[in-house]
Amino acid sequence: MNDNLRRYALAIIAHVALIVAWYLFVKLGNVPKFVMPSPGATLDALLQPNYDWWTNISVTATEIFGGYFLALVGGVSLALVFTWSKTLEAFFMPLLVSLNMIPKVALGPLIIVWFKYGVFPNTIMAFSICVFPILLTTARGLREVEPELLDLVKSLKGSRWQLFTKIQLPGALPYIFAGMKVAAILAVAGAVVGEFLGSDKGLGYLMLQVQVTLDTPAMFMAVILITLIGMLLYGLVLGLEKLLVVKDARVV
Amino acid sequence: MPVSSEPFIRLKGVKKIYRTGRKEHLAVSDATFDVMPGELVSLVGPSGCGKSTLLKILAGLHPHDGGELKIGSATHSFDPSRDVGMVFQAPLLLKWRRILENVLLPAEILGLPISESRDRAKNLLALVGLAGYEDKYPYELSGGMQQRAAIARSLVHDPKLVLMDEPFGALDALTREKMNLELLRIWKEAGKTIVFVTHGISEAVFLGTRVVVLTAGPARMADNFEIDLPRPRTLDMKTHERFGEYTRRIYKLLGME
Repeated sequence: MNDNLRRYALAIIAHVALIVAWYLFVKLGNVPKFVMPSPGATLDALLQPNYDWWTNISVTATEIFGGYFLALVGGVSLALVFTWSKTLEAFFMPLLVSLNMIPKVALGPLIIVWFKYGVFPNTIMAFSICVFPILLTTARGLREVEPELLDLVKSLKGSRWQLFTKIQLPGALPYIFAGMKVAAILAVAGAVVGEFLGSDKGLGYLMLQVQVTLDTPAMFMAVILITLIGMLLYGLVLGLEKLLVVKDARVV
Repeated sequence: MPVSSEPFIRLKGVKKIYRTGRKEHLAVSDATFDVMPGELVSLVGPSGCGKSTLLKILAGLHPHDGGELKIGSATHSFDPSRDVGMVFQAPLLLKWRRILENVLLPAEILGLPISESRDRAKNLLALVGLAGYEDKYPYELSGGMQQRAAIARSLVHDPKLVLMDEPFGALDALTREKMNLELLRIWKEAGKTIVFVTHGISEAVFLGTRVVVLTAGPARMADNFEIDLPRPRTLDMKTHERFGEYTRRIYKLLGME
């Protein structure tokens, strides 16, 4: 327990130290504000009402969480379908691996053509970038059943459903979470890139707007807020994992 | 042990062929032996002799391709779906379940009444020396203890036949000897018929009421004889002259002398 406390303390100190270093760098180096604002100037930007922070935060967060949620539901269900049919898996899996190789960012202009611009296409962008890691790791996890465990269930004439609910799915959970953690980071990137490419709201959109006037403090603040949204998502996933997955079974 | 004159398991010329493409591979042949109710029969032989395949045939996981196999008798009925317990080389406990829930797995699959099964599982954990470990997770137990839990799991649905496939093969030598003694104690108290697969010759003789020797390349049954050593067995019996005769006999059959 004491060891835990120490770790938390060190983590907080590291973050504070970074902010202090940032402050000293700007202050002592006489760095101009448009190149790098001080922590104070950055925080000050948050107090300006004309940036409409709250609307922009909620738009970006909606895209990130929405895309992530869609990817989770879509990725896990598709992987589940594959465990029920070997033919479907053999048909679709190689295709999905190829599709995964498409740089999703390159789809941006197409997504705009198909869905116009706004919250929905950016949600699709976040979805497309984080659905594959979830799908691929879940499919892998569902496949990882020791053959002898299969024998054990078969020797008791257990049903396919029992094998699935008692062994396959709980066994795949650590893999699902490994995919979810990777996807959490990608979802944020997807939504912001989507906003860069075409949008009229959101933190990424705001960054492009203020870039024109070299309003660096607002850009810094936007980056920090995007990071915080990402951390919130990641933290939720970690918490859920702690709740659902036994310590020893976790991967990554 | 309840001993009746009718065998519980009867194999007559049981054969198993695996086909890969056009090639045929004889995995088991000439398997002919009886197992009396309550016996502990060791199947011993090198890798590729078909001992694990034979075990899977007994478990009803694979059909056999020739010969006769009959499990169950007039006095000892046998229901293939619920009278088989299995223990493997790896404990194969589910990491996300506590020990008690792991032991309960077969009872859940068979849909047995839960509260009775829980009581039974607790008693079995006590029998295998794991009282007090019900709420631990597998990773909190040593390899030997995990294998004890796996043995308790194989008994929870009160099967008539327990099949063990090199259950102590992954343990260190000392733990293995200790588990051998434990198994004999558990066998005596649970009163099950056990078929025990091993490649340990001394282990086969020490545990078995009977030893079936299988040889590889081609796979066939080489011998089947009773082990006439006093019971309960103790470790010092391994130095007895008769113990040595039995192991020498097996070594000879396997062409290692």
